[in-house]
Amino acid sequence: MNTARSDHALSDRLYLRRRAMNYVALALAAAATAFGLFWLVWILWTTLSNGIAALKPALFYEMTPPPGADGGLANAFFGSTVMSVIAIALGTPIGVLAGTFLAEYARRKLLGEVIRFVNDILLSAPSIVLGLFVYALVVRPTGHFSGWAGAITLAFIVLPVVVRTTDEMLQLVPSQMREAALSLGIPQWKVTVQVLYRSALPGILTGVLLALARITGETAPLLFTALNNQFWSVDMAKPMASVPVVVFQYAMSPFDSWHALAWAGAFVVTLFVLATSLVARAVLARNKVSHD
Amino acid sequence: MTNMNLAVAAALNVTTPTTQSASTSKIVAKDLNFYYNGYHALKSINMQIPEKKVTAIIGPSGCGKSTLLRIFNRIYSIYPKLEAKGEVLLDGENILDPRFPLNRLRSKVGMVFQKPVPFPMSIYDNIAYGIKHYEKLSRADMDVRVEEALRQAALWDEAKDKLKGSALGLSGGQQQRLCIARAVALKPEVILFDEPTSALDPIATGKIEQLVEELKTQFTITIVTHNMQQAARCSDFTAFMYLGELIEFGQTETMFTRPTKQQTEDYITGRFG
Amino acid sequence: MNSPHIGHEHISKSYDVELSRLIDEIVRMGRIAAEQLASASDAMSLRDSELAARVIERDHSIDALEQEVSHDVLRLLALRQPIARDLREILTALRTASDIERIGDYAANMAKRSIALNQSAPLPPAAALPQLATVAGSLLSEVLVAYRQRDAVLAKQVWERDEELDRLYTATFRELLTYMMEDPRSITSCTHLLFMAKNLERVGDHATNIAENVYFLVHGEPLSGERRKGDTTSSVVSPNS
Repeated sequence: MNTARSDHALSDRLYLRRRAMNYVALALAAAATAFGLFWLVWILWTTLSNGIAALKPALFYEMTPPPGADGGLANAFFGSTVMSVIAIALGTPIGVLAGTFLAEYARRKLLGEVIRFVNDILLSAPSIVLGLFVYALVVRPTGHFSGWAGAITLAFIVLPVVVRTTDEMLQLVPSQMREAALSLGIPQWKVTVQVLYRSALPGILTGVLLALARITGETAPLLFTALNNQFWSVDMAKPMASVPVVVFQYAMSPFDSWHALAWAGAFVVTLFVLATSLVARAVLARNKVSHD
Repeated sequence: MTNMNLAVAAALNVTTPTTQSASTSKIVAKDLNFYYNGYHALKSINMQIPEKKVTAIIGPSGCGKSTLLRIFNRIYSIYPKLEAKGEVLLDGENILDPRFPLNRLRSKVGMVFQKPVPFPMSIYDNIAYGIKHYEKLSRADMDVRVEEALRQAALWDEAKDKLKGSALGLSGGQQQRLCIARAVALKPEVILFDEPTSALDPIATGKIEQLVEELKTQFTITIVTHNMQQAARCSDFTAFMYLGELIEFGQTETMFTRPTKQQTEDYITGRFG
Repeated sequence: MNSPHIGHEHISKSYDVELSRLIDEIVRMGRIAAEQLASASDAMSLRDSELAARVIERDHSIDALEQEVSHDVLRLLALRQPIARDLREILTALRTASDIERIGDYAANMAKRSIALNQSAPLPPAAALPQLATVAGSLLSEVLVAYRQRDAVLAKQVWERDEELDRLYTATFRELLTYMMEDPRSITSCTHLLFMAKNLERVGDHATNIAENVYFLVHGEPLSGERRKGDTTSSVVSPNS
């Protein structure tokens, strides 16, 4: 009977110790989360409070001003938008087709593994290296900086993201759906386009949105491809303004009005990236279907 | 012997009206061998699937029953390193011959899978999708075909008000019946079922078994199942496979009352392992 | 979410068909057996040897039906894995078929013996047998109705009425003993009559078996209580004791 009681006591002590450890771990995790959130909130707050002076509607329709004067970032926003859209338009189709090839035709072959490996390298390549590459490829032969060069650089950043996402999302489609479509006698390409894409669409869309979020903030590659443009320009063959580059330029200047604009630009970009990421998440979550 | 025992003995010796030779064979496997990655998965299978009857294939895991089924519509050919040797005759023509057109095979032989996989489209489109690939039908004709397929799958009453709704909104049992409707819509001659109810609850399972009974008047049906009670309930003929070999093939009633091979009896009475 | 329809039919229609066929076979067997019993009784009281011969011939159809029932029961047990009510249904059918087949045999046996009886002169004690036959016949008919309608109350009534038949049999037994002692030339005929009376008493017992089966079918529990035995012939020492 003694042993029964001491057994009880032993298991009680163990249980209490485990509970204590549980609380400690929970506290540490909460602290870490708070730590991370703290910096995020501080960054947003800092950018907002510093840029609030310039955060007015004029931001969106006035041009970048000469030193010391007030103005807006209209041409920068326009430039960023145009280059991003073209980058997505270039990178997405190629990326989706490449990802499809990897998932459907080269899933376990050596060629597929090699392509995936190279793609991963491209994915993690420093963006400045990509910028340099496009400089040598486009800027030098044409003799001038241009919006096209900027867009092409951004496309190179979009491409591996979309390839990777498409490949993984298509691999996630259950093989039985593929087999079910094929056993109806539908040819492979039609199955891919009409069934598999529809099934993987939310995932692919998310990938594209994440790529968009990423290129919105890219600065280094644009520095020597699109350069910058103080004036309004819709000519892609000429240098083009973009928000990150303008922020870079204005932040390093001695003028207060420029500082305010830089902060405001930074804030808008941050907000845009945040919003895009949230939309991407929402798209993915809405399309998660549960079967009973 | 009491009267009762005499009667039972007589019952066991009774020959039922339809003996196997009376029905014609729809699919004949002749000396079929199958290898994946060099591993000899199916060994010299000789089997005849009778026409317009339900044939069940049972056996422990890894015995090759699903492998065999997937040869009948050559769905294995989309994966690398899988090889079939021998002959499989569908109405006398060898479907393993590379010259036999694949899409003609697949229009004659339909398949329903273990996991219900409706396409991410509306219920209507799920069924129309396959038909559109083969025939150009007017909207009205297509409506008729879709309704016919859904009725055959006993899904029309439940689905007729939500034809445009996503197929993913149906319950598991309904989704599986949708997959059956999809296969039936192409008017095949053979329907292959690969463990069609293992993901479903008992009521949904019962409905699908009843559906199979109704479908066998028009189609030749082959079911692979790991649930031998299901084979007992709804099949006319049963094949027992073990380690890639066909051990016994016969009328279901005979297989489950007095199988000829000891291995078969051991398996169905649960003396295996 | 549609709630599943909980009705009296199985989801598998062929299962219902097979069960109906089984029950139908029992009902047919019972009908033939009742007719056999009545015909055998008529053959005896009308001294009609041709009728008796037909009764003997017709017993084959009951035997054939019993074999069919056995085959169907085996098939249902192997292929349908019946449980609960379905299992009781099938077991009841098996037992009841056996009981009805024995009743048919007794009727045929009576017919055989009446052919033998007809070779000699009619005997007064023979007049008691038709009454026995009527009671036995009514027990059988009623229990068959109880089976067809799944009526446990009626089954129980039949079960209780067997005592009446037993007492009638005991009285007939004594009467026949008395007659045999008075007129030893009648011993052969009286012995036949004795066996026929015993057959009828056994028919009542089998009808009671069927009643117990029906009760079990409906309630899932056996009919409790001792069967009331009105048959005290096994302890008879002399006709008057």
